[in-house]
Amino acid sequence: MNILKNTPSSLESNSGLLVKGVHRRSFLKWAGGTAAATSLILTGCKEDDPVIVAGEVNFGTGDNAVLNYAYALEQLEAAFYQRVIESQFSGITADERSLLTDIRDHEMAHREFFKAALGANAIGGLEVDFSSIDFSKRESVLNAAKTFEDLGVAAYNGAGRFLTSPDLLAIAGKIVSVEARHAAYIRDLISNGTFADSTVIDSNGLEMSKEPSAVLTAAAPFIKTKINAGTLA
Amino acid sequence: MDFLKILNMIEERDPEMSDRLNSRRKALRDFADLGKKLTMAAVPLAVGSMFQKAYGQSTTNVVDVLNYALTLEYLEYRFYEKALASAGLIPAGAPTAAITTIMNHEKAHVDFLKTAITGAGGTPVVEPTFDFSGGQGSGTGPFATAFTNYQLFLAVAQSLEDTGVRAYKGQAPNLVQQNAVLTAALNIHSVEARHAAHIRMMRKANGASVKPWITGNDSGIDNVVVQPIYNGEENTTQAGVDVKTLGGFSANAVTEAFDEPLTKEQVLAVATLFIAS
Repeated sequence: MNILKNTPSSLESNSGLLVKGVHRRSFLKWAGGTAAATSLILTGCKEDDPVIVAGEVNFGTGDNAVLNYAYALEQLEAAFYQRVIESQFSGITADERSLLTDIRDHEMAHREFFKAALGANAIGGLEVDFSSIDFSKRESVLNAAKTFEDLGVAAYNGAGRFLTSPDLLAIAGKIVSVEARHAAYIRDLISNGTFADSTVIDSNGLEMSKEPSAVLTAAAPFIKTKINAGTLA
Repeated sequence: MDFLKILNMIEERDPEMSDRLNSRRKALRDFADLGKKLTMAAVPLAVGSMFQKAYGQSTTNVVDVLNYALTLEYLEYRFYEKALASAGLIPAGAPTAAITTIMNHEKAHVDFLKTAITGAGGTPVVEPTFDFSGGQGSGTGPFATAFTNYQLFLAVAQSLEDTGVRAYKGQAPNLVQQNAVLTAALNIHSVEARHAAHIRMMRKANGASVKPWITGNDSGIDNVVVQPIYNGEENTTQAGVDVKTLGGFSANAVTEAFDEPLTKEQVLAVATLFIAS
């Protein structure tokens, strides 16, 4: 089914859903701005059907979709740590300031790498929403950081299998372990010894990776831009 | 998880596997069904048997990768086991709790890999006899006092964890078409990285000049024996782009932001120090 054949009015007549009908591939439309009303809407879509909806970013197809997914998460993390360093929480120690600045720089390097690697296929800049985070409070900042870092690790681990290029898989592997180092550090700052506790590691000693749809749902409250996850649904 | 959708994607992206698609399709369906029924304890067996069904004769390379991982996990597990059994080595409280957590993960990895290898129709490697002094069986290697000297113990632990991270990373591209095994390997890989970060912070708390992440090729350990574990981490070029140039980043930041892989040969050169037979 070619979604482009659907007129805008027919899209609207489906209460905002894209199209009816179930096909081989599911297609994820995710609207992040209105979290309460937003939901994950699964409809049919062929992998090569471009779907363009005004005001949303589209991850695209194939390995580019995976890279855009990573790029989106790195944008979120980088923007967060830039705020953390701009408006440092009360009682921050010199050591924390130094290592949180390191993390900021790592996330910015990841973000810029993906942007460069994607070139013309890169999604635009995401509009973030950190209104639920009190940047003046240590607990609020560190809990948000923990959410982002654990989510980043689970996302990379869960998305590795979507990559077809061994070279890109190698680079994703280079990044995910750094995110795991961040996650462990942040967790230990909150409560020493929780660097790899049973909320993130299963009884086989394996990290509990997450599907893209679960990751994007968890990230939704922090992103205003609507995301079309393309083939990663 | 929508395994059938993934299968469809695999079909399109891996035309060479058409001759084994039918068995793989069935295996994936079996796996999807199994996933609903199995307890966590049965997952590694399911991964292994799914793989064996899908790939038949071509499992050798994957069994090799899994046995390589198993050898490293045995090394880590027995190292921590011996350390925890060494009276007076690890302070009570948070340090003992953390090392116990890590040992338990390594033990779980050993069990997971053994089950997955068996499930894939392979034979798990026999556990080596280790020489934790790093003396290849002499017992008098550079780390001979690692079970009486806490600082040295932590330095060896850091070396083993950072090696583990680099070793799994080096194998990921070999698993690019073997999604279940790849995902399991990735899910172990990040746990090793969490361990590494914590051990590094334990060292930092004891006065070592290290961070949770690796800066340049600096081991932070005053012993040249461990340097091969860190060589190559100074790389700043990814996919042909010097990441420093993308935003005026320092070399330190860029090297910290990307952990580098080690080849199997590089890892075995290190691991061999600890293997007596």
